[in-house]
Amino acid sequence: MLLQMDNITKTYGNVTANSDVSFDLRRGEIHAIIGENGAGKTTLMRILYGMETPTSGGIRLDGKPVSFHSPTDAIKHGIGMVHQHFMLFSSFTVAENIVIGREPSTPLGFDRKAAAEVTNELAKRYGMPVNPWAKVGECSLGVQQRVEILKVLYQGAEIIILDEPTGVLTPLEVKELLVAIKSLAAQGKSFIIISHKLQEIIEVADRITVLRDGKLTGTVQASETDEEQLSKLMVGRDLVTLTREKKQSGKPVLEVHSLTVRGDRAKPLLSDVSLQVNEGEIVGIAGISGNGQSELLQAISGLLKPDTGSVKLLGQNVTGAPVGDIRRGGLAHIPEDRYQWGVSKEADVLENGLMGHTERHQRFGLLRGSSIREMVSEWVERFGIKTGSLNTKAQYLSGGNLQKLIVARELAQGTPFLIAAEPTRGVDVGAMEIIHKELLQRRSDKGAILLVSSELTEVMKLSDRILVMFEGRIVGELMAETATEERISLLMAGGKNVG
Amino acid sequence: MDGLFDISLFASALRTVTPILLAALGGAICARVGLFNVGLEGMMLVGAFTAIVGNYLTGNIIVAVLFAMMCTLLYSLLFGYMSIHLKANVIIVGISLNFLALGLTTFSLRAIFDVKGAFYDKSMKGLPKWEIPVIKDIPYLGDILSGHSALVYLSILIVLGLQYFLFKTVTGFRLLAAGENPTAARSLGIKVSRIQYGAVLLCGVLCGLAGAQLSLGNVTMFTEGMTAGRGFIALVATMLGQSNPLGVAGASLLFGFMESLSIRLQGFALPTHFTMMVPYVVTIIAMFFFKDKSYMQEARKANESSR
Repeated sequence: MLLQMDNITKTYGNVTANSDVSFDLRRGEIHAIIGENGAGKTTLMRILYGMETPTSGGIRLDGKPVSFHSPTDAIKHGIGMVHQHFMLFSSFTVAENIVIGREPSTPLGFDRKAAAEVTNELAKRYGMPVNPWAKVGECSLGVQQRVEILKVLYQGAEIIILDEPTGVLTPLEVKELLVAIKSLAAQGKSFIIISHKLQEIIEVADRITVLRDGKLTGTVQASETDEEQLSKLMVGRDLVTLTREKKQSGKPVLEVHSLTVRGDRAKPLLSDVSLQVNEGEIVGIAGISGNGQSELLQAISGLLKPDTGSVKLLGQNVTGAPVGDIRRGGLAHIPEDRYQWGVSKEADVLENGLMGHTERHQRFGLLRGSSIREMVSEWVERFGIKTGSLNTKAQYLSGGNLQKLIVARELAQGTPFLIAAEPTRGVDVGAMEIIHKELLQRRSDKGAILLVSSELTEVMKLSDRILVMFEGRIVGELMAETATEERISLLMAGGKNVG
Repeated sequence: MDGLFDISLFASALRTVTPILLAALGGAICARVGLFNVGLEGMMLVGAFTAIVGNYLTGNIIVAVLFAMMCTLLYSLLFGYMSIHLKANVIIVGISLNFLALGLTTFSLRAIFDVKGAFYDKSMKGLPKWEIPVIKDIPYLGDILSGHSALVYLSILIVLGLQYFLFKTVTGFRLLAAGENPTAARSLGIKVSRIQYGAVLLCGVLCGLAGAQLSLGNVTMFTEGMTAGRGFIALVATMLGQSNPLGVAGASLLFGFMESLSIRLQGFALPTHFTMMVPYVVTIIAMFFFKDKSYMQEARKANESSR
């Protein structure tokens, strides 16, 4: 056994993050850890990576007890971690990012040429092509992920921890990553993967360990399990299969007519986009991120002024109107980037929940504390938002819990039109189920929803119609009943609409 | 206008550039590690005052400059302790250090020399002027480049040295890393706080030199608040030069030249108060040129995204 973590318990005050968890890893094995948000996966990995010390329990490497006091210790023992939020320097080159901390040097200083050579060598040996001289900030997220893995390999890692590695990748990049992981494992590297995505885990992992509420609920062979069993182990109950009522035709709620946003590049960010969302309908937008989806949503919600074209909400022309007016006119918005648009990290849960709801919870210009508290408490309960209290600062909530708070807040607006951008990014299966259910409920209540998601399965599961965006254009429209993953993927990659 | 642009104007520009340049380089180093140092003005003032004190007490010009460097080093340590160790807001720390320096030097001026406003002593010697062989014999160019204090030449070497340090050495590379993404740098075992302290202390030394050039370079005297906004101009030079030593040097040259020009314009029957605005007007105009282009903003954007 390469690595053993024995009876790990970690408590913060009276919160138990890990309780008597044991975990082991063989050489060349891919071992996945799954669990809901706050199940203790990340804490366990932080302990292994030397960022936390366990309250009790120990770690053995090759049978010998070790203890890590910092990531540097862990790195020295051949443990590397690729964080969910990449730890990269965007203005530096790929090679610089890989060698940092152990830079090759000559008496005259940092030898960037040698760094590039080392990078090329690594890339070749492990079959992960990168351009050593490219600026990391200009690389796609898939390439950035590759850089992170190469960096860890350069540091001499034998055990590589991947925290939510596929969260930000496109379907094609995910495939490439899984292939790379398998080939590295075949070369003797061992992987620990933390993930929510059961399908990918079953595909890539050898064994799967499931955590729930800080406790181990089972370790299973990937070849002998399925998504259903894993969900059950994670959530502790059977998941309800979603039922979608038949679509009722309704009046148009959102009408977008040949919207164009030029931007400052040669190619327009958004060109001639027209679409319509009706009452009781979910329209999904699929596409690799960065193909104009953000601009489209910003133009609709008033954050960005389009150069030409018009946006009509409930028959009213709201093109270029102030954001507040559009929101009052009937739009709620679950933004794609929760930290930039969705919350104020410094404000607490209550204050973040109140955003956009102030008018309904005031009397003579004074906020009514009790009714606000009531409203937010109800969300916390219904969506299972894990927070210390309503006065916990948003920055201390995990990404998934924050996302639930935003979704709850925007749904509570009760507007006829809702933009849901990446509504389940980073949330666990249990919460995803709740969010999906709520979105479908809104649809049954004659709400109109524009859904943008990089998760193809999500788009296909929820949408009535699917629009595919590529390079700022809508390149295809498919009905949910007839859409297949292959066809959408092809359109997303810029292929022609066949059939 | 013939009398306006002559050789002595350029020569005096080179002298006035030096304090701005040295302080701006200090500011650039701080900016590179993520600390926006508004306290350059105060540090420079401390340098200018302590240089005079050192000179008066010892009569040795080298000791005086070293004394100034020491004192600003200690003063910058205060900046470092508050902004790095106590994690106070750097802008507020910088502003308070500026006021503290103004009060401290004015108070000490009375306490030590028992004078108000300005201190001047005939026995004190200023920084010696260096005549550079060969260059001094070149017509025009010799008159501009030769005959300045050692600090003027030193500042040029410092520009080149810093440029090399930041972009060619491993330590410089790590310094840039610590500034661009401290979390990532820490995860790699890079000691970010230590690097930040190093940068702040280096900034202190440079501001000490800047102050010394100010009080010992042209005139050998100290007047209350004699930095007169040069620290802030240096700050603008830092930003305009994108915290790049060579860029900062270029920006400082522009501002130094404008300052010399404003002094020169006073000889042309223009009101003093009007001509004194020139460097500041140029500063404001310069602001238009780096709206969103600052690398700091790009780095911040990259790090703040939810990914």
